[in-house]
Order: sequence, then structure tokens, then C-alpha cells
Amino acid sequence: MSDNSPISYSDKQYKVLGTRPVRHDGADKVTGRAIYGADVQMSGMAHGKILRSPHPHARIKAIDTSIAEKINGVYAIATGQDWPDLIDKVADLGEGAVNLHDLAQNCLAVDKVLYKGHAIAAVAARDVHVAEEAIAAIRVDYEILPAVTDIVEAMQADAPILHPGLKTETLEEPSDQPTNIDRHVHFETGDIDAGFAAADVIIEREYRTATVHQGYIEPQVSTALWNEDGHLKIWTSTQGSFTARHQTAELLQLPISKVTVTPCEIGGGFGGKIAVYFEPVAAMLSRKCGRPVKMTMQRDEVFEGTGPTPASNIKVKLGATRDGKLTAGQAYLAYEAGAFPGGVIGPGAMCIFSCVELPNAIVDGYDVCVNKPKTQAYRAPGATQAAFAFESTLNELASELKLDRIEIRRINGVKEGVKRVDGPVYPRIGYLECLDAVEKSAHWNTPLEGPNRGRGIGAGYWFNIGLKSSVSASVNPDGTVHLLEGSTDIGGTRTSIAMQLAETLGIAAHDVLPKVVDTDSVGYTDVTGGSRTTFATGMAAHKVGLDLLEQLTARAAMLWECDPIEVQVDGDLYRFGDQQITFKQLAAKLPETGDPVVGRASVSPEGSTNGFGVHIVDVEVDPDTAKVTILRYTAIQDAGKAIHPSYVEGQMQGGAVQGIGWALNEEYFYGDDHKMRNASLLDYRIPTCLDVPMIDAIIVEVPNPSHPFGVRGVGETPIVPPPAAIADAIYQATGVRMTQLPMSPPRLWKAMTQR
Amino acid sequence: MAKKQLITATINGEQREFACEPRQSLLEALRDGLQLTGAKEGCNNGNCGACTVLLDGEPVVSCLVLAVEAEGAEIETVEGIAAGGKLQPLQQCFLEGAALQCGVCTPGFLMTTKALLDRIPHPSEEEIRFQLAGNLCRCTGYDKIVRAVQAAAEGEQT
Repeated sequence: MSDNSPISYSDKQYKVLGTRPVRHDGADKVTGRAIYGADVQMSGMAHGKILRSPHPHARIKAIDTSIAEKINGVYAIATGQDWPDLIDKVADLGEGAVNLHDLAQNCLAVDKVLYKGHAIAAVAARDVHVAEEAIAAIRVDYEILPAVTDIVEAMQADAPILHPGLKTETLEEPSDQPTNIDRHVHFETGDIDAGFAAADVIIEREYRTATVHQGYIEPQVSTALWNEDGHLKIWTSTQGSFTARHQTAELLQLPISKVTVTPCEIGGGFGGKIAVYFEPVAAMLSRKCGRPVKMTMQRDEVFEGTGPTPASNIKVKLGATRDGKLTAGQAYLAYEAGAFPGGVIGPGAMCIFSCVELPNAIVDGYDVCVNKPKTQAYRAPGATQAAFAFESTLNELASELKLDRIEIRRINGVKEGVKRVDGPVYPRIGYLECLDAVEKSAHWNTPLEGPNRGRGIGAGYWFNIGLKSSVSASVNPDGTVHLLEGSTDIGGTRTSIAMQLAETLGIAAHDVLPKVVDTDSVGYTDVTGGSRTTFATGMAAHKVGLDLLEQLTARAAMLWECDPIEVQVDGDLYRFGDQQITFKQLAAKLPETGDPVVGRASVSPEGSTNGFGVHIVDVEVDPDTAKVTILRYTAIQDAGKAIHPSYVEGQMQGGAVQGIGWALNEEYFYGDDHKMRNASLLDYRIPTCLDVPMIDAIIVEVPNPSHPFGVRGVGETPIVPPPAAIADAIYQATGVRMTQLPMSPPRLWKAMTQR
Repeated sequence: MAKKQLITATINGEQREFACEPRQSLLEALRDGLQLTGAKEGCNNGNCGACTVLLDGEPVVSCLVLAVEAEGAEIETVEGIAAGGKLQPLQQCFLEGAALQCGVCTPGFLMTTKALLDRIPHPSEEEIRFQLAGNLCRCTGYDKIVRAVQAAAEGEQT
């Protein structure tokens, strides 16, 4: 929080937007009454558990379930042999496409396991303890294969190959050589050679980042009931009920109308709860035993059996003239896809130069299979790794040119009309305004004193996608409006969406009653992800508000026997001549004057909402242990329009702290046996509240031209700048430039002592 | 599988009996046996604090307490904080301060905070952060949680 935030670049006045009402689902959550996936209880329910591979790479020769089947209380066992025949089909899931054959193999392996923790068989039993006993009694005969978990090694010609049939997707002729490289993306603009020739200074650096996990507190959990009528019902913790329905229906080859997904309250996701793991498996078990089956992961299963975000190897080369103007940039990015193709290299490659205007640039990105879990989205997927590499190189360039770090960003910073290296031209954006906010901030203007201390900055960008959203709404006679939506609420979006309908209707936020409903009860809605929910579902809420407004105006006109066009609406007041009626009074008259007033709206906004952020961080580095302490932190971000400033700040603060964890200590440790060594929340240390200070959040509001209220997505951008900003602060404190994440004490200590 | 045992404990001020296997955790007994699902399972090995309840006034991670250990104990869960259909000021502070996002860590934070404020009515920021370090939150960055605890302490109400 900051006294002068939000900093607004709009003179539009709002009644509801920008206020901080208590969230609609708040009372349920502080009393323990909210129903999360694990809280679902059903009559006759069985509990499922998964047998997971102890090997990082092996062929499954045989699975013997005969002993497990005989255990008292075991109801059903499923293996990959139970999948229906799945052709090699790619399904569009909104935020990204997925190969169904791979998705099925990831939920239950068929002939090969590709990482330690890969699911092999599933058991449904009377309780979890019996299910665990049964799991232990399943015998699997493996042929162990050589494994590779390092991205650079996986790209070598002699690397163990995960998928013998894999060919690199590229513009060039496909090679017949076996490979782990799934995809090569390439962007090019201008003349790179001329650009570097025009540079006075060129800096080229190589970076590595580690595998990190979203670390949501609630593990994956799903309950499925394959009913006697052939209808499959699922209650699950998901970021997208419709994508869960789609994936499950496709994997089980069911018509989509035969599957109903009820999204429970979700205990965090950050991109990790878009792909299905349990939904189709619980469904198979339910069909076999005729009971509802609930499956819950243990924490080690979450780490080893779900999708973290990729480790990376990035090279950045930047050229600039002596006055700080960038002349050329070249980037090479290799990202882990994990066990199956389809990682986040695309957005990584698109984001790496997104904060600067580069006349001449080349970006090459490679998506690489390794014997680790299939990677998934994690908050601005692919952008944090890229920003760590680019922003670090830019900070080094600034110090080489003896230029202020803000100044070099201002000279090259993107604004309206600038074309990104990958093609799109920016509309009105707020990057330079964020830099202004840095320079005006109390943090930037307070000298940092003391030994071993440094102040760093870093910037970051995320697209913020649109996709599809639907809502419906009905006006109640007591003057409230029920709003049904398909967007699962993770960070308070019920409220930020309801507020946009309230603003449109001129009524109070709490007179809109939002409800997240199942897939049968609302139109198709894409995932809560991509920072799209407040933006796109909010647009749908605005649109349904306009529909209700039109109907209410017509109803008022009917009362006054005038033309609707003669009715003036001002906030919640409807006027004709000297007659007026409030929204509440009009709502009370609806039942007696005609049909119920209901509305529906769906939207599919194209393109990006373009979120930028700049973070400032002060650190102190212990010279003996190399432990980095965060002394002060300020996150600055363009939110377009902050609908509910507290929850915008919350996104900025939460994203910043996840970025701090990524920067300083989070990583998957692998042994020489390619097995994860720290699959617990004790050993995979996410920041605790003792590890971080208060996180100041300064909201900048440069209205987004493609949203009725100017909203930009805010959820993802804040995780992008922290590693680069902290690396910069560490350099300022120690003179050491770290090029590898996490910058944990052993790694930093080594760098400090070997210089 | 050993036979179930009958345990008697005071839970949220009410004397209750429940049957449990020796291998069952208190968290399991609360959630599955007593239908008190407010305490959440985040890691099931004591690392995240989402299942924190008060056992004889002390905050414990209920996934690491065996249900049979609760014999004769006084247990307080998140369901026991709000009395008479009214939120306690501590809950109100979390709500008004936007100190929750996904909300799954919230019951644990509320219980740990309650124990903290019972013992130290006016904790410093350092004390709050130290005492709450066993409760992980991945959404909020802790800023608003710490502020909500400070607000509750300023009101001297828990």
C-alpha cells in the first residue's frame, strides 16, 4: 500500500470501481465453511490413490494387480490399459493446446514412465489407508532406461531420447535424427548484423534458472461419480471447470453433455490447476466400482506428479550506443517441456524483449523434453526466466555505460506504437508511467545506507489474455442482482466482477450477488488464468449490465407510458420529466409489471491487455553466509483501472513474494539418479512471512483502451521482475552478478568467494 | 488394522466422543469423523500450517497429532471462533483487510493468530512474523495478513 496509489492517468469518476468492499465469499472462508474439493462428502464414497513410478525413465513390461485386488475394502483398480483408444489428437483448451494421447499418458502411463512420480495405476478403496495398502501390493515389472534431467544435456545428440518418434517442429526441414527438442520458435526483425555493428558496447551473457513449483497450498483433489444413467459428475479443484470438462470428456471419449464439472473453492492454482490429473482417473474408478471416488494428492505427489514451471538456459546479447540506445538484441532460450512436448517457450520467447524497442533482433526458442514432470503454466508462464536474463543484461549494460538504470529503460522503453520483436504493435500502455512512479516513490528517494546492502530494480511484462467468458444475471424484487459466472474465484474475482456489474447498474457492490456455478448452469467460460478473469469476465458482467439496463429502462418507460428513449438514467435513478424511481423501487415493481428481467452475455476479447511492472528491492547480503535478506520491497504496476485496489495490491504482493522465492531459494534438487530430493514443503522452501518484509504496492492506472473500464489483467506481471531486481540488488551489495537461479546461499557464497 | 478406539474430548466447548483408528491423525478425525472440515490439509507432514487447531490452547498442526492423543483434551477449531452467528473481530480484520485470497490457509492463520494474541496481546511486527512463520500462504505475500493481525491487536480483540 502506498499513500499516493493508485496513480491515475484517467479523469473518469466511478462510484463502485476503486472502492474496497469485503469480498462476497469472505464470511465462508474465515469461518471454515467454504467448500473446497477435499470437503466434498458423498454417500458411499470411495477413496482413490495412485501408484507412482520410482524410476525417472522405464518401460512398463507388466503390471500385476492380483494381490491388491484381494485386499478387503479394495473396490476397483485402473491402469493405462483402461483408456479408450485415443488418436493423436490435439485439443484446444483455451490457454494452450494439448495432445490428448500425451495427456492420458500423463494421467496414467500406458507403456512407459517418463519421470519419477509418473502415475501408473489407481486404486479405489474404503478409505485412503486401505487404498495405500493396495498400492503397495501392486507389482510392476520395469525395464529401466537411461534418463536425462538437465536441459543442456537433453539437447545433445547422444542424449537419452524420451519419445523416439519426436521431430522438431520448425520452419526448416525436419531432421531424421532422434531428438528431445520438440519445437523451435524464431522471431526476427531488422538487420541484426548491422545492429551490432552500430553498437559501441556489446554484452553477452548466459543464464540458468531452476525448476520451480507453483506451490499452491491446497493439493490437487477431485471427486467423480459415474452415475448409473451414464452421466459423469465431477467436483474438483480447478482453475477452469470447462477445460476440466473438455479434457475429461475427450480422454474418456464421452460427449461433453454427459459430463458436469462443479468447481469447488480452489486453494490456489497459479497455472498449475489447468491440466487434469485426477478427474478422468477418478471417473474410471467410479465407473468400475459404481461409487463416487475421491482422490487427493499428498504433497510429494504434488511436487513430483504435477507440473512445475520449466528450468531454462538463456543467452542474451545486447548492443547499444554510448548514449544508451539499444541497437540490437539477440536471445537464445531453451526451456524444459518436461516429460511431454508443449512447454511455455512461446510466451518466453515473446516476452524476452517486450519492455524495449529493438530495431534489430533475433529470438530463438527451444522446447525440450526431459525426464521431469510435464511442465505447466506458472504465473506469466515463461516470462520470469526471460526477464531475469534480459533485465540482468540491461542492468549490466547500464553500469558499463555509466547510465542510470531508470534512464536506460526510459531511453529504450516501449510505448504506444512500438512494435514487439514477435510482431504486435503496442496500443496505449503504461510502462513509462511505471518508471515515473519508481522515480517518484518514497522507496527510490530514500537513501539506502549500511554495509553489504544494495538496491536493485527490474521490470517485467505479461500479455494478459482475453479468451471466452459468459455470465447471466437476474434482477430480484428486493433490488439485488444474482450474477452467475463460470470463472472460478481464486483471488477475489467474484467481487471484482460483481463490482463491474454494480458500476454499470449504478448499484452497490453488495447488491450484486455473484455465484460460481457448474458447467451446466452458465455459458462456456475459459480458465481463471492468463490474468483474464477480472478483465474478460468483467467485460461480460458490464455487457450483461447494459442488457439489464435496457430492459429496466423499458420497464420504467412502461410505468410512465413514455418512450424508453425519454428515460434518463443517472446511477441507480431512472427519470422521466419530474417522475423518478430508484433501481430498488423499480425492481420491486418488476413482478407485477411483466416478465422477469434476466440477461446473459458472452465475450471473447481478442489480443492482449499488456501489463507492465517495475519492482524496487533493497537487500542485505551476509558476507559470511551469503544469505540474502530482503529489507524493503516496492512493486509498481499498471493495472489499467484497479477495480478493487486491495486485491490488485494482493496480486502484486503475492506475485512479488513468489518471485522472491524463485530468486532466492526455490528449486527442484535432483540427485545423480534423476530423482527429486526435496519433495516436501520443508525442503522445497517457499517464503514464510519471516522471510519477507511488507511489500509496498503502487498501482498505476493507464486505462486499457480495449476494456470499457480500462481494466488490465494484473495477476501475472508481478512475478516477472523479482529475480532480475534481486540479482541487481545483490550486485549493488556485493559486486557479484549472479546468472543462475536460485541465488541461494551456497551458490552466492561460491560466487562471492571465487571472484 | 487395529481396532478403533473411543476418544472423548472437548471440541469447540462441547464434549464429544469419536471413534478412530490408532493410525489416524487428529486432522483426519476432525474432518472425516466429526465433519469439522474447517481445518485444511495442505501437506500432511506439518510443514504448511493449514490444519492448525488449538490443543489445550496451544497451536498444533493437527496432521501431526494422532487422534488418540486428543483423549481428554480441549480442542478449538476455526468453527469455534465465531460465536452466536457473529464473526469475531479477528475474522473481521482478515475480511476487511483483504487478508485472504484463495482462503485455504486462512483457518490455520486464524488459529495461530488467536493463540498468539492470547499470549501476546500487542505483538511487534517481528513477533507476528516469527509466530506465523509456520503457516504458509502462497497468495498474499503475507503483507495483508500481517496487517490484519496488527489491526486485530490494536483493537485488543481476538
